[in-house]
Amino acid sequence: MKDILQELESRRGVARLGGGAHRIEAQHAKGKLTARERIELLLDEDSFEEFDMFKAHRCTEFGMEQTRPYGDGVITGWGTINGRVVYVFSQDFTVFGGSLSETHAEKICKIMDMAMQNGAPVVGINDSGGARIQEGVASLAGYAEVFQRNIMASGVIPQISVIMGPCAGGAVYSPAMTDFIFMVKDSSYMFVTGPDVVKTVTNEQVTAEELGGAVTHTRKSSVADAAFENDVEALAEVRRLVDFLPLNNREKPPARPFFDTPGREEMSLDTLIPENPNSPYDMKELIHKVADEGDFYEIQEDFAKNIITGFIRLEGQTVGVVANQPMVLAGCLDIDSSRKAARFVRFCDCFEIPILTFVDVPGFLPGTGQEFGGVIKHGAKLLFAFGEATVPKVTVITRKAYGGAYDVMSSKHIRGDFNYAWPTAEIAVMGAKGATEILYRSELGDPEKIAGRTADYEARFANPFVAAERGFIDEVIMPHSTRKRVSRAFASLRNKKMQNPWKKHDNIPL
Amino acid sequence: MFDKILIANRGEIACRVIKTARRMGIKTVAVYSDADKHALHVEMADEAVHIGPPPANQSYIVIDKIMEAVRSSGAQAVHPGYGFLSENPKFAEALEAAGVAFIGPPKGAIEAMGDKITSKKLAKEAGVNTVPGYMGLIEDADEAVKISREIGYPVMLKASAGGGGKGMRIAWTDEEAREGFQASKNEAASSFGDDRIFIEKFVTQPRHIEIQVLCDSHGNGVYLGERECSIQRRNQKVVEEAPSPFLDAQTRKAMGEQALALSHAVDYASAGTVEFIVDAQKNFYFLEMNTRLQVEHPVTELITGVDLVEQMIRVAAGETLSFAQADVKLNGWAIENRLYAEDPYRGFLPSIGRLSRYRPPAEVVEEGHVVRNDTGVYEGGEISMYYDPMIAKLCTWAPTRPEAIEHMRNALDGFEVEGIGHNLPFLSTVMDHPKFIAGDITTAFIAEEFPDGFDGAVLPGNTLRKIAAAAAAMNRVAEIRRSRISGRMDNHERRVGSDWVVSLQGADFKVTVDADRAGATVGFDDGTQKRVSSDWTPGDQLAEVRVDGAALVLKVGKISGGFRIRSRGADLKVHVRTPRQAELAALMPEKMPPDTSKMLLCPMPGLIVAINVEEGQEVQEGQALCSVEAMKMENILRAERKSVVTKINAGAGDNLAVDDVIMEFE
Repeated sequence: MKDILQELESRRGVARLGGGAHRIEAQHAKGKLTARERIELLLDEDSFEEFDMFKAHRCTEFGMEQTRPYGDGVITGWGTINGRVVYVFSQDFTVFGGSLSETHAEKICKIMDMAMQNGAPVVGINDSGGARIQEGVASLAGYAEVFQRNIMASGVIPQISVIMGPCAGGAVYSPAMTDFIFMVKDSSYMFVTGPDVVKTVTNEQVTAEELGGAVTHTRKSSVADAAFENDVEALAEVRRLVDFLPLNNREKPPARPFFDTPGREEMSLDTLIPENPNSPYDMKELIHKVADEGDFYEIQEDFAKNIITGFIRLEGQTVGVVANQPMVLAGCLDIDSSRKAARFVRFCDCFEIPILTFVDVPGFLPGTGQEFGGVIKHGAKLLFAFGEATVPKVTVITRKAYGGAYDVMSSKHIRGDFNYAWPTAEIAVMGAKGATEILYRSELGDPEKIAGRTADYEARFANPFVAAERGFIDEVIMPHSTRKRVSRAFASLRNKKMQNPWKKHDNIPL
Repeated sequence: MFDKILIANRGEIACRVIKTARRMGIKTVAVYSDADKHALHVEMADEAVHIGPPPANQSYIVIDKIMEAVRSSGAQAVHPGYGFLSENPKFAEALEAAGVAFIGPPKGAIEAMGDKITSKKLAKEAGVNTVPGYMGLIEDADEAVKISREIGYPVMLKASAGGGGKGMRIAWTDEEAREGFQASKNEAASSFGDDRIFIEKFVTQPRHIEIQVLCDSHGNGVYLGERECSIQRRNQKVVEEAPSPFLDAQTRKAMGEQALALSHAVDYASAGTVEFIVDAQKNFYFLEMNTRLQVEHPVTELITGVDLVEQMIRVAAGETLSFAQADVKLNGWAIENRLYAEDPYRGFLPSIGRLSRYRPPAEVVEEGHVVRNDTGVYEGGEISMYYDPMIAKLCTWAPTRPEAIEHMRNALDGFEVEGIGHNLPFLSTVMDHPKFIAGDITTAFIAEEFPDGFDGAVLPGNTLRKIAAAAAAMNRVAEIRRSRISGRMDNHERRVGSDWVVSLQGADFKVTVDADRAGATVGFDDGTQKRVSSDWTPGDQLAEVRVDGAALVLKVGKISGGFRIRSRGADLKVHVRTPRQAELAALMPEKMPPDTSKMLLCPMPGLIVAINVEEGQEVQEGQALCSVEAMKMENILRAERKSVVTKINAGAGDNLAVDDVIMEFE
């Protein structure tokens, strides 16, 4: 009997060694951890329960039947993050370069099905050379099986992808359809076609890092939501993110004990808006001062910096924040910022995360670049996302809310629940100068007259009261009381129930 | 006594004068420029008068504007503070003509002490020790060499009208004297429009020690001990204390009496300061007399119990001094640290901007412990480019010097300033410097002890252990909170362990955290223990911790997997990990700081408003390079690191697209 038990232990020992000691060493030499080490860091200590440890491939082509390692290049199972269940797969680069075979895909599909059934997030750790070429179309079929599950799980359970090595070709489309993609600087890359193919086809000379490294995807392509220094930091930050997210779309976002008074007043916010309406200020200061404990988890920090997106907590409960950033491009909306914020708003709406919007927007960025790029349809994405969202929505206009951009930024008209404005708010069709130049075109030659007209316009419209008279602003609030007012607003909205009309799905302008 | 006074100044000194005036039941009038519309002194005063645009030469130092404010407000007296018009005889004259009292010395005394050569002559005549030197005008370089030889090298050549180190040269040889004379003369001509040069003995290992005097207009006067102001950076005082750790009673008396003799010689009436340079043998020489309230006056107030501003007001109102020299007792030790909006990590470059956080330590007055903070700013206020970068003066007092220093260390650790660069970490480092602790300082202290600038303090092992113990205990609190999130799997909750590895400043400490209701006992792997208690909760930016009973104040920020902890001049990344996490973290490669591109790219489509540098110019990290206007907003682009500008590709008025190269660096 003892021998039989011993047999299990020895088989487990073999499985745990993956591709063997020297491949593990090579992995470490590249600054990367192994698939199992990564799971250890992701999950609570000793909480990992493995599935399919002994699963092996069934391929008999090209001599593959000679090597049938346990696990087949991916570790799968479940465990907990701060006691909450998550499912995880972690590709093992030491086994066939982490390549995806039919059986490898089956393992991933199994835990995804479990996650869907049991309502828990999936974290996928990607470190794979790509398809298992020896398996041919069976490998491609495997990818597609995973893709279909990604699609079905979207909006049902949070899906997080962590790219910790290569992720190329068809493999990129699984992470692409998940909610968040994180990368590790210098040791991960993602692209549809690699540098060699690029050179052959287009004659472009480009390195893997330039083509699909963490910098490229966080700053230029916006494929990735954040990049971290190394595996340890990346996994710690995934844990931090999971603490903000609900387990599935049927549950409320999590709450945790908090040590920050909801009624905390921040007198310094009364001077946040500079005297000069054309001077920028840092909207992040407002976010930090409103958030519980100043804790802000920013999403896509390095992309379209004219809009800020991320998670905070109020009274211990998750809130998604969307805010114009006057420090960059005056906080205007453009193609990139609209896309970035729209996707974030839709994520929040999927998972019942209330949305807090801070508005200081001078309008949409003008120019041929924007119009040729389709700013009309991209801008509409954000409008659409805010308008269809049924979660609690609280909006605070700090300064400018001009033109169509005012409507877009979670205005009262698109079902904002609480729309507040600071006394410094200016809600108008456009800035005073532009407006008078149109209204009094005939007086343009007379600078004195125009200056007078501009002053008149400012006096009439550069304030929140015209909008407040109409009820478009529910109340004008003191900046220093923002945390208190916003916290109370969300507290009052905890039982909000709102449903959109039945539809198969909407037709957002993609 | 006056009913209403005007304070012709701004910032902390205006606030400080207002405080005393208010205590005396006198109404106050503040003046302010456009940049100071929302400043603290304006808020504190009973009335405020606007006096013009931000630059001081269009507001605070325009006599007519101040006079107009005096007239319109009906103030009966004016306190000038320091700087600005405080030592301007024309201002004193204008007030006299208007029949308004000047809370400062008579015009004649200001004039007499205002010129370096005249003041030295007067001092000599009054029997005050002066640095051996030649007071007359020097014709040419040959004469300069001759005089230098007579005085004996080393000598210093100085501009008569000079100040701030300009027009100043040290010569050890004939050759250097000849060159130095010409250079000083040129510099003096261009800087002050006055090329008169004088030569004096250059005192080696000098200390800057000054005597506070206080005289009334009835011929009475006292000296209120000395202040040691040797810790200076480029002639800018940084740390002052009273008394001096160097003087003995005899020297103090001799200096005090000479200072009074000089004051009487010029019919001085008000508070004033006679500055001396003191060599290693306690020889002291007259430097100059400041005919105003000094920045560092609080340390004298703390050891004498005299409110100097109150005395100045009383003297100006014609009162007689209510105490004599025999009543002056020096009690305990006071230290002042000047908080400057200057970034020590960036070559002490002035830093401007919004004070997103400004929380000075609590002011304390109790047995054996005083903390005083003179400040003119507040959280949410703006540090503008127009005025002095000094934003606060933090003072501590205790019966002894070591205790006063210890109070200062804790007060500095508890001083929260965010949003701008500032010298708090540097001040902390000075407070922990063995030479400062020993009182072994000269005016060259900073130049000699920090020759390559400042890069943050390196903490000794014992301090690191204390911080490690505190971090381990704090981390436990944070981890337990994390484990209490809603939605956990029932009966299978996460248990927060007790074994941790704390990494900071390159050291790893394996610890065991054993918590109870009152705190935690942190055991180290060498068998030693530290007892930690604190009421810190996650999110608190300031942790007041007791480690083995001793106070430790930490500024706490967030980093991935740990804390950013600032204390005692160090800025530490502190990771707290389980043993297994630490083992895996050790496998992670050390990454070099990213190679910042050698080009400044335009970050947005916009219009270049101004280029602030020239080709060939050396720029410091954080220095403004150019400003770009986009969407009608001006954005200032700054140097990411120290370098030299090799090429500038754009000029003011150019319209640039994203990623256009504005300039290139070495």
